[in-house]
Order: sequence, then C-alpha cells, then structure tokens
Amino acid sequence: METIQKRAEEGISSELALVQAAKKGDLEAFSDLVRRYDRNIFRIAQHITHNEEDAQDVVQDAFLKAYQNLDQFQGNSKFYTWLVRIAVNEALMRLRRRRNDRTVSLDEDVETEDGAIPREVADWAPNPEQLYGTSELGDILKKTIQGLSEGFRTVFVLRDVEGLSTEETAEMLGLSVPAVKSRLLRARLQLRERLAKYFKSKRGGDGRQ
Amino acid sequence: MKCKDFLNELTDYLDGRISESLRMELDEHLHWCHECHVVMNTTKKTIEIYRDNELYELPNDLRNRLHQAIMTKCKKSQDSKKTSR
Repeated sequence: METIQKRAEEGISSELALVQAAKKGDLEAFSDLVRRYDRNIFRIAQHITHNEEDAQDVVQDAFLKAYQNLDQFQGNSKFYTWLVRIAVNEALMRLRRRRNDRTVSLDEDVETEDGAIPREVADWAPNPEQLYGTSELGDILKKTIQGLSEGFRTVFVLRDVEGLSTEETAEMLGLSVPAVKSRLLRARLQLRERLAKYFKSKRGGDGRQ
Repeated sequence: MKCKDFLNELTDYLDGRISESLRMELDEHLHWCHECHVVMNTTKKTIEIYRDNELYELPNDLRNRLHQAIMTKCKKSQDSKKTSR
C-alpha cells in the first residue's frame, strides 16, 4: 500500500506511467497493473472457459505474456484493451484444448438466424431477481450465459458485463464493428429468450388474452 | 416501421446511440406495438441483471496466490532475459 500511495504522491500513478516504468524493468509498477485488472481478467476468463482452473491459468499466462511483450505495446490503444485481447486468445486456446482440439473460432455462428427473432413476448415479473435467492439466481444466470456460443458470449461479456465500447470490443476480438453489433444483438436476444422461462410474470399478462 | 426494423435498431436504441429522428420513430412504434415494448424492456432488464450481479468474483486468498505466482514468473522471465544478454 505504501508503494501505491507513494506513487500517487509522485504523480506517476497513471496507467501509461506504470506501463513505461514496467517496460524499463520496474516490477512494482507491473504489480500495480496486475492489481488493477486481475479481477476483470479472471471474470472474462471464467465466462469464456466455464472452468475455474482454466481461468486461473489464463490470468497467470495473460499477465506473464503481457509482461514479456510489453515492448510490443505501442500505447496507441489502452493497456487494458491490449491485455484483454491477450487474455481472450489464451481463454479460447484453453477452451479448444478441453474440447479435444475442435476448432473454436470467433467466426463461427455468424450467419445463423437462431434467436434473432423473439418468440417469447410475455412480460416479466416487476422485480425478476427477487423471485430467487442470490445463489439460485447466480446459478440461473451462469447456466443461461454458458448456453450461448463462444462468439456471442464473448461479445456480450466484453460489451455488456465489462462495459467496453463496441469499437474497443471489435479491436480486441479482431472483428468489424458491424459484426460486433450483430453478435451483440443476437446474444442479448438469446439470453432474454432463455431467461424468460425463469422471470416471466406468473400472472401471464402479455396483454393478448 | 415494422417489428423487424425495430429489432434491427434495438441494440443502438438501448445503448442510446441513435439520432433524435430515429429515436422518435422507434418510440412511435413502441407506443402501439406491445410485443416490441416487452422485448425492449426485457432485453434491457437482461443486460441490467448481468451487469449488476457479479457472477465470478475473485476471492481475496486466490487473488493473492495468483498475484504472487504472476510476479514470481515475471521476475524469472526478467532474470533469464538479463542472463541471456
């Protein structure tokens, strides 16, 4: 803590300053960067791999790779964007390994119409989360998001869970902006469709009786 | 505007990234189309639920262990780089 405070006092706590210091071999500076983003990287890795052991490995390998390749970081994108890109690649690689080398690619499922047209149009209960206890709700949300394909899930997690912009997400995943938008719409609609089964208003009021 | 056109704009509508004139057209559609209104509201709720409920928290002890492992590996990598120079 003392080190972090000292850095802040010295006015070098900005991300770029930490990256510059780490590039020159300052391990403490890199340690601060790890602390800044480890929770996000863990969350993204868990969402992609569905496996805690893999997620832990992804966190370690992504930060190590970032450290070893700091020289290649140009500084024209955010460090976080660059880091997530490394982590997503690591996570997809592990997912592929677990699935016996079946190719896992973000280019799958581009043209599918599945889930693009809403079928479930009944309204939800006013406070759907309150229908379940915290851990039950967590299980429902995990199970539902895990049912999406990698391509849709990854875009949804980066855009809607991590709150990154469409442009940043496109850059991280090496996709075009329209491709990200199209996947995001499908991911959102598919999740909505699947959650409806748990959150539908019991009074059945879709207004069309 | 048809429901299909509304759906195509749904993502930008929810993200607030549309022009004022398009927003007015979409609002007009929502005004009379109950189904699109439900789809819009429940999609918005879907996003909020995932945003508000952190599903994979990193427990502190695991966080510390990972941090230590990462820093040890980085140190090793730095040392081997120095010796190879």
